Amino acid sequence: MISNKIEERRDLALRLTRITKRFGTLTANDNVDLSLHEGEVVALLGENGAGKTTLMNILFGHYLADQGEIEVFGKSIPKGDPRAALDSGIGMVHQHFALVEEMNVLENIVLGTENLLAIKSQKNTAREKIRDLSSSVGLDVNPDAIVGSLSVGEKQRVEILKALYRGARILILDEPTAVLTPFEAEKLFATLKVLVSDGLSAIFISHKLNEAMEISDRVVVLRKGRVVGEKITRDSNPEELSSLMVGAEIEAPDISDPVLGEVALELENISTSIPEMRINLRKVSLRLNCGKITGLAGVSGNGQAALASLISGTTQVKEGTMRIFGEIPERWSPKVAISKSIARIPEDRLHTGMIGDMSVVENIISEKYWTDRFSRFGFLTRQASEDFSREVIKNYDVKCPSIETPVRLLSGGNIQKLILGRVLDESPLIILANQPTRGLDVGAVAYVHSQLLKARDRGAAILLISDDLEEILQLSDRISVISNGRLSKITRRGELGVKELGALMTRHVPSSERLNDAA
Amino acid sequence: MRLEPRTETTLVRAVLMPCLAILVTLIIAGILVMLADASPLQAFSLVLKGAAGSQFAILETLTRATPLIFTGLSVAVAFRAKLWNIGAEAQLYIGAVLTVIIGTQTLGLPPVILIALMMIISMIGGSIMLYGPALLKTRFGVDEVVTTLLLNFITLLFVSLLLEGVLKDPMGLGWPQTETVNGEARLPRLVQGKRLHFGFVIALFSSIVVWVIMARTVLGYEMRAVGHNIVAARFSGISVNKVLLKTAVISGGLAALAGFSEVAGTKGNLTLDLSPGFGYTGIVVAMLALLHPIGVVFSAVFIAGVFVGADAMGRATGVPSFIADVIVAISLMTMVVAIMLTKFRVRFA
Repeated sequence: MISNKIEERRDLALRLTRITKRFGTLTANDNVDLSLHEGEVVALLGENGAGKTTLMNILFGHYLADQGEIEVFGKSIPKGDPRAALDSGIGMVHQHFALVEEMNVLENIVLGTENLLAIKSQKNTAREKIRDLSSSVGLDVNPDAIVGSLSVGEKQRVEILKALYRGARILILDEPTAVLTPFEAEKLFATLKVLVSDGLSAIFISHKLNEAMEISDRVVVLRKGRVVGEKITRDSNPEELSSLMVGAEIEAPDISDPVLGEVALELENISTSIPEMRINLRKVSLRLNCGKITGLAGVSGNGQAALASLISGTTQVKEGTMRIFGEIPERWSPKVAISKSIARIPEDRLHTGMIGDMSVVENIISEKYWTDRFSRFGFLTRQASEDFSREVIKNYDVKCPSIETPVRLLSGGNIQKLILGRVLDESPLIILANQPTRGLDVGAVAYVHSQLLKARDRGAAILLISDDLEEILQLSDRISVISNGRLSKITRRGELGVKELGALMTRHVPSSERLNDAA
Repeated sequence: MRLEPRTETTLVRAVLMPCLAILVTLIIAGILVMLADASPLQAFSLVLKGAAGSQFAILETLTRATPLIFTGLSVAVAFRAKLWNIGAEAQLYIGAVLTVIIGTQTLGLPPVILIALMMIISMIGGSIMLYGPALLKTRFGVDEVVTTLLLNFITLLFVSLLLEGVLKDPMGLGWPQTETVNGEARLPRLVQGKRLHFGFVIALFSSIVVWVIMARTVLGYEMRAVGHNIVAARFSGISVNKVLLKTAVISGGLAALAGFSEVAGTKGNLTLDLSPGFGYTGIVVAMLALLHPIGVVFSAVFIAGVFVGADAMGRATGVPSFIADVIVAISLMTMVVAIMLTKFRVRFA
């Protein structure tokens, strides 16, 4: 037994025994055992598709396990009953929040716990309770704020409060940091530590190793639906865990000396005015050289979306000039962008990059279906698109049941591989990689990185936009920081450290000479 | 109670669920028939007999299905691209008006050319009727549900104006109706002495053409992409507005063919009761067929059969033939539930 010491000291909060769940031929969970003690944080690590989410869905009664037992505080709970899980004291904070945007914090927290008609009369008691809760654990949220106006981090705090309000003694956090800035993530960790010291237990689902190392007492690693390792966190290390997760040692990408190349894409004093975006570009100048990865760091929501949209072709230049290999494009649209050899890896891979209800084969041709390669006289040539799909599936190691499978049934990593296969076909010269690894597991991240580096080595100009500063530092030849719609001066690799970059990222009113300078 | 998505659907379930839906529909309708003091079993057997019990009944059902296939296709095409065309009724009437105008002229054209001309002109008319709302949608973001729906009423009043005015039959004893189209402008009958006409063949052919367009062409691909995910469609370079306008042209043209075939095939002239809501029923037809062009043929025949059969049953038992509307409405609802059940599993907590 690995965790003897802990087991002796504390009572069991939760025990899953031999949980098995099959979907058709796929075994999502195979005899999974998992235990959680009071006041303990267990990190559930695993790649996408490893079975983490399925396991939690079973715990919550959303899925019915084919086999296995669930015990909470020593009592077994009926299978397939979400109410029972909630009543027994399990609270879940989903990756995608289940909040009503139009209602205020108080109403959101109370919703579903109290009689609807009684809410009004009990508002004040509820408000007091929420105030008490939030001050005791350091989750400060104004109970009367409209949820829609809160930041992502605040919404997550509301979700946690909601769980606590309902008396949760076991908290399950599904990829809680995926949507947070590094600063917000640290705040979350601090809160968690307070909660745990008060006796709460938590399962922390993640595929980020450093976070698991930081927050957990024990790590359980899932791979292909099985528990492949269980380690006491302080006796383990990231290398060991990541090799458990992917089944083999991953090597950090090797950055060779990049070849200097001509300017592929040049932005000169570009401003945009996209009504639906909170932050537009303001006099942005940027050069992307062939054979270089330019990393764009920044806290999300500082104009990255506008820049990505501009390069993708979905937004027009309002002021300034954009040149592609020295030429100013007459018209600007996604189609023109594609024809100018720009590969676009969108931020929201399932909703922008793919049409979930359409098949793999139909999605793979979505940028080129109209070319002679995939259609003749207005008719699609199935053979060509099927061949192309099989090629991508093989070359990019995509796991999908068939090329006719709707894309929405694939995991995030496989969807991203399909997108890579689609856009990297025909060796594009310019690559826009917008959050290319967000939400992916270690194996998929390494794969995406290696593909980007490969593209760079053959001479592509790459713009890497990422919230993950580590990723930027790891891959970029040159780095710029975007803040409030403006770019900082471009720096060479290694010129600025994490601290300096962090300072640039969080500075909201930049002095105009320092930032906003052409490279 | 809650729903859990199924990751796979067996063929048996895909077949069984719709059958179950029909059974549930019959049970609910049966209760209503009992309330009208008739025996459900007898009533249903009369409906079946009236819809398919004789050569006459079958031909009558197919005649009734013909305009429903056209409007069903029209709606299926538009809804697939998420262009909410509620105005098939208006497009149908415009098609009928243009068919009457051409069909009553003495042009001296051979019948085949004349009929082709009537088809094309009425399709153009129907297309324009939907092109307008689609243009307003793409340019100014005007909701096409509102514009197409309102155009139905405007068009009916416009047709009424024509029937009382320029198109009024001088020999019609004052009835608001047009002259009858010339003999060479009539669609040939498929069976001597019966009402079923060549329009049914055109309808079948159209459903195949529409299926080919949707499944095999670049345009069909674009329409489906726009319908499933407009953001991703735009991102991948599809010109969404152009696709919506093209969709409008096809959808409007198909609905107009219903008007053409009713005038040139069934009625011969135009009155205000040419369509008992074929345009609206087309929505039900398309939904029942899950927007599949070939499925539209089957759901149109089913719905036509219910109406024709209910008429016959009503005459024999005294149960109001409105029961047909009830059956169609319930079957739509049960079918929607059945389809949901093929995709989801229900869990009772």
